[in-house]
Amino acid sequence: MTGRDHPVLQAEGVAKSYGGRKILENVSISLGPGELVCLVGVSGAGKTTLFNILSGLERPDGGRVLLNGRDVTGAPGQVSYMLQRDLLLPHKKVLDNAALPLVIRGMKKREARAEAASYFPRFGLEGTEDKYPAQLSGGMRQRAALLRTFLGSREAALLDEPFSALDALTKREIHQWYLGMMDQLRMAALFITHDIDEAILLSDRVCVLSGRPGRVAAELTIRPPRPRDPSFPVSGEFLDYKKRILSLLEA
Amino acid sequence: MESMKKSDRTGSKLPAAGSLAAAVLLWLLASEARLVPSFLLPSPAAVCRALAEDAPVLLENAGVTLLEAALGLAAGILSALILATLMHHVPVLYRALYPILVITQTIPTVALAPLLVLWMGFGMAPKVTLVALTTFFPIAVSLLEGYASTDRAAADLLRSMGAGRRQIFRYLEFPSALSHFFSGLRVSASYAVVGAVISEWLGGFQGLGVYMIRVKKAYAFDKMFAVILVIVAVSLLLMGLVTALRRRACPWEAFEKIERND
Repeated sequence: MTGRDHPVLQAEGVAKSYGGRKILENVSISLGPGELVCLVGVSGAGKTTLFNILSGLERPDGGRVLLNGRDVTGAPGQVSYMLQRDLLLPHKKVLDNAALPLVIRGMKKREARAEAASYFPRFGLEGTEDKYPAQLSGGMRQRAALLRTFLGSREAALLDEPFSALDALTKREIHQWYLGMMDQLRMAALFITHDIDEAILLSDRVCVLSGRPGRVAAELTIRPPRPRDPSFPVSGEFLDYKKRILSLLEA
Repeated sequence: MESMKKSDRTGSKLPAAGSLAAAVLLWLLASEARLVPSFLLPSPAAVCRALAEDAPVLLENAGVTLLEAALGLAAGILSALILATLMHHVPVLYRALYPILVITQTIPTVALAPLLVLWMGFGMAPKVTLVALTTFFPIAVSLLEGYASTDRAAADLLRSMGAGRRQIFRYLEFPSALSHFFSGLRVSASYAVVGAVISEWLGGFQGLGVYMIRVKKAYAFDKMFAVILVIVAVSLLLMGLVTALRRRACPWEAFEKIERND
């Protein structure tokens, strides 16, 4: 899985400026089937702008976005996007929150609810269908948000610091769970994090974005296959990756 | 968590009940001990007697006032919903109308009511119109505020799902504005009854306002106090109705940590 042979999602030479200031310059990135690719970079490297372009929320000034080879530049509703906060709608029950992307796509409410409900046990959400988000813990809300993301697109997901709001313990727990889910669902995901350990631990590849304007400075393949050994985060190999990423970020 | 919230609520009601009881006690003392002459301040007992004696008349007039208030409030809600939603969708309309909305609020009700009577006669129409005019503003403003305070990130999320303008309104903006809407409606409900009474006062044949004028002219202060109590009761009834409606319409609020003042 290199992501280059039959990429699910691809950005080709994407460029974007705001008011004459270049934010992204010739950014190309690809995501293979079932692959987890992590985007790290200094703040201001245009990570979120890149995500807005990949999700179709914004049009790039140059370049294009391909989903399974199809041009989806500037067309939202193709790739699902999970933002920093879980953003579950407080006025909707958990089930309706999860089913929302299906309803927006035009599915009948009853069918959408039934479809979403069928995934609740797999996501460890059974019993929460009729609750409101305010009644769930942070970890459970994150699960519900991931289910919603999955129902939004089974092909590719963009996750913008999905775990940054969680405390360290919950984070560890949800990492394990999340990796398991991604493998089970064979969902490809591109995600942003500020946490280099998280990047190395979770992804198949790490893309380092350098700033002003944002460019892909380097790509690192994290060799050990997933699921990884629990001792991986304390191995010398892990530290080597970390050193390389840190030096790339400082360059 | 939930039980704690509940005890917080009952706890917060005790001081209110205490101060109310103290006020009644003070009133009782002042009138029974003849600290204030009875023609100036009737005793609670006299007021109760007046309330019982005039119950059929009071009830009939209260019905009229309540009907005017409810009809006016309904018209106010409907027009606020339509106008605020239009203004939210069409920014030019917002900029054009908002100042006018504010200006209309500075026109005193007492000046407006006789004009409305002049234009519409002594029937129910001017009362309902006045109530609609006074209740419209708080609802429209809170709705506009509610629409504007929608989480932008959530709107982006919906857009990334492919949602159009109308879907974003339906699934996000409108439900998010509901809490604001009900806060405005609560204020409006209390305005509604007072508005109807003032309107009757300034020209009409029926209603608590008319009854009020009549007993005032007869210096029947016990009946005056009785009708005040009825007005308070009718207002509380309407406000209670709004709260009940809010619970039905926004069941999720019960689980949120945001403090509400009701």
